[in-house]
Amino acid sequence: MPEMRYVDAIRTALDQAMQTDPSVVLLGEDLTVGGPFGVTRGLAERYGEWRVRNTPISEGTVVGLAVGAALAGLRPVVEIMFVDFLTLAMDQLVNHAAKLHYMSGGQLRVPLTIRAQYGAVGGFGAHHSQSLEAWLVHVPGLKVVAPATPADAKGLLEAAIGDDNPVIFLEHRGLYFGRGEVPDGIEVPIGRAAIRRQGDDVTIVAIGRLVGSALEAAAALAADGIEAQVIDPRSLLPLDLPAIVESVRRTGRLVVVHEAVEMGGMGGEIAASVQAQAHDVLRAPIVRVGAPFAPVPAAPELEQAFVPSVERIAAAVRRVTGRPTVATH
Amino acid sequence: MLPDLPAERLVAQLQTMLRIRRFEEELIRLADDHAVGHFHVYIGQEVTGVPALALLEDGDVAYTTHRNHGHLIARGADPARLMAEILGKATGTNRGKGGTLHLASAEHGFPTTSASVGGPLPIAVGSAFAFKELGRDRVSVCLFGDGALEEGAWHEAVNIAAYRSLPVIFLCENNSLEALGQKANEYPSSTLAVRRLTDLVRPFSVPAVAIDGSDAAAVHGQMKKAVRRARRGGGPSFIETWTVRWPGSRPIWPALVTGETDVAYAWDEGRMPDEHRDWFGTQDGLLRFLRELLEAGHVDRAWVQAIDGEARSEMASAVRYALDSPYPVPEEALEDVFA
Repeated sequence: MPEMRYVDAIRTALDQAMQTDPSVVLLGEDLTVGGPFGVTRGLAERYGEWRVRNTPISEGTVVGLAVGAALAGLRPVVEIMFVDFLTLAMDQLVNHAAKLHYMSGGQLRVPLTIRAQYGAVGGFGAHHSQSLEAWLVHVPGLKVVAPATPADAKGLLEAAIGDDNPVIFLEHRGLYFGRGEVPDGIEVPIGRAAIRRQGDDVTIVAIGRLVGSALEAAAALAADGIEAQVIDPRSLLPLDLPAIVESVRRTGRLVVVHEAVEMGGMGGEIAASVQAQAHDVLRAPIVRVGAPFAPVPAAPELEQAFVPSVERIAAAVRRVTGRPTVATH
Repeated sequence: MLPDLPAERLVAQLQTMLRIRRFEEELIRLADDHAVGHFHVYIGQEVTGVPALALLEDGDVAYTTHRNHGHLIARGADPARLMAEILGKATGTNRGKGGTLHLASAEHGFPTTSASVGGPLPIAVGSAFAFKELGRDRVSVCLFGDGALEEGAWHEAVNIAAYRSLPVIFLCENNSLEALGQKANEYPSSTLAVRRLTDLVRPFSVPAVAIDGSDAAAVHGQMKKAVRRARRGGGPSFIETWTVRWPGSRPIWPALVTGETDVAYAWDEGRMPDEHRDWFGTQDGLLRFLRELLEAGHVDRAWVQAIDGEARSEMASAVRYALDSPYPVPEEALEDVFA
C-alpha cells in the first residue's frame, strides 16, 4: 500500500480528477506554481494553464465565477489559500452557491469544490489560522468535509469533486506533511465517520488534526485502564450522527474535541444532537474541548496554549469517567 | 429612433413590451389584495430589456437582479408561471422556492436572479469563463442597476472579465437619473462619487457607452455590437442605459400612481392624467416606441388596441392561473436543499 504525505494525497486526487474529467478546472491564487504549500505543484505543466488558472486576489468574485462556471458546465475546484479569506467570499458562497439548487426549485446544480487550508500551527497569527467550520455547517446547501489522514484527503476530495453540490474541503496545515497509507482506488463517501480506535469506556469525537491528539490521549488513558473509542467524523455536514450515537449508547460518555473556538462550535451541535437521541444512556455530562474564546495568537507559546492539547483532552475524559486524578505510576 | 430591423420584428418587440407592462400592472393590483412579498416592477425600462435581450440566442445566458420580471418575459418565460412563482405557488417557475426576487428559468437562459445587489456580476463572468474554456460561441449577459456599481464585486468582476477577455456584457440599467433631485423620503438611489458610471469602466480598457434607454435604436445598436464583440472573442463590453424611474416605483412598495397605461396616450395626449403628463408624454419609453412605430406606419391604432387587448387578457389569465394554483405542500420546504 503506497504511503504518501497529505499534500501529495490532495494533489493525487486533483490529478486523477483532472485526468478522468476534462470539465474539472482549478482556480486560485498562485496555483500554477503550486500555491504556498506546493499542493498543486506540477499540475499546470501537466494540464495547461487554462485548466489550472491563477486568479486575481479577488476571493469573492473567484467563488462567484466558479458558481457561474459550474452552472455553464464546468466542475471547478477553487483554492482559498487560507480559510480566513473565505470571509471575503461569503456572499457568493452563502447566498448563491449554497442556495441556487433550492431557490431554482431544483433547476440548477452547482458542482463546486472549495479547498481551504486552515488551522493554528506555525505562528501564522489571527488572519491565517482560524477554524471556521461551524460557520459553514450553519448554511443549508453546503457540504463540509475535514479529512484527518492522507487516505481521507484523497478519498474525500475525489468525492467532493464528483458531488453535484458545493463542497467545502478543509485541509489542515498541520497535517500537510504528515504521511499515511493511501490504498489504491480508495473511496471515501461524504457523510461517513471513521472509527479510529475501539473502546468501551468513553467516546471521543475529534476533528481534523486533533484526531491525532485524541488518539495520543487515548493511548495515555489506556495506561490508566480507560478505553476510549475515537471517532473521526470526516464529514461535518452531512454528519454521521448514527455512528456517534451508536458509540455513545455503548460508552455512555462523550467528549467532543475541536480546534475551533468552543463557543458556537461543532461541539455544541454534536452534544445537543447526541443528548436528544441518547440522553437515557448518558452517565456523565457531555464535555467539549475546544479553543478558548479568543482570536488565534501568533506567539508559539500562546498558540500552543490556544490549541487543545493532548493533556486537556485526557483531563476531560478523566472528568467524564469519574476518574479525575491522574493515577500514580 | 427605431432599430434597423424588419417591421415584424419591431412589432413583436412592441407586443413583448406591452405584455410586460400589463403583467406588472396586474401584479401591482394583485398585491393590493393578496400577500405578495416585496417586489420590484420593470415599468419604464421595457425599451432597454426587450431590444437588448432579443439579440441573444439559444444557449446564451443572462443573469439579473430584483427588477427581473420584464427580463424573463422578454426571453419567453411563461407569465402565468412567473405570476404563480411570485404568489408562491407550486406551479411557479421555481416551484415556489424563489419568489419574485429569484425567478429562474434555465430553459430560457435565466439560470438565476440574485437579490444581493452586485451578486450576479461574478456569476455572469463565471459563465462567460466557462463558455470560453469550453470553446462555445456563447455570451453571458449581466443585467444590473446603478447601485450594483457600489459593490466591490463589480471591480473584481470587470477586472477578471477584462483580464481574461471573457464574452460577457455588463448591461447597467440606470433608472436613477432623478436621484440628484431626490426629495425627502423618496427611495434612495446610487451613491457614487464618480460623475459618470462609465468612468468606472474605462481604466479596464473595456468599451463603455452610456445611451438613452428609451431609444430602441441605440439599445439595439450597442447591444448588437457588444454581442458580436463577445462572440468573436473580443471580450467584455459595458452599456449603461438611462431610463427615468417610473413614478410608481419611487415608493418602497410599487403603486399604480399613474394609473394604467392607455395605449391611446400615444396619439391622444388629451387623455393623459395632468399630473403624469411628463411621464406619459416624454419619459415613458414604451409610448415613445409605440409613437415611432405609428409614425413609421408599421402599426395602426386599431391593431395596437387589438394586441394590447390580447396582452391584457393573457395577463388576466396569468393572474387567474396563479390564484387558482395550489400552494406547495409544507414538506416541499425541505426538498432540494441538496442536489
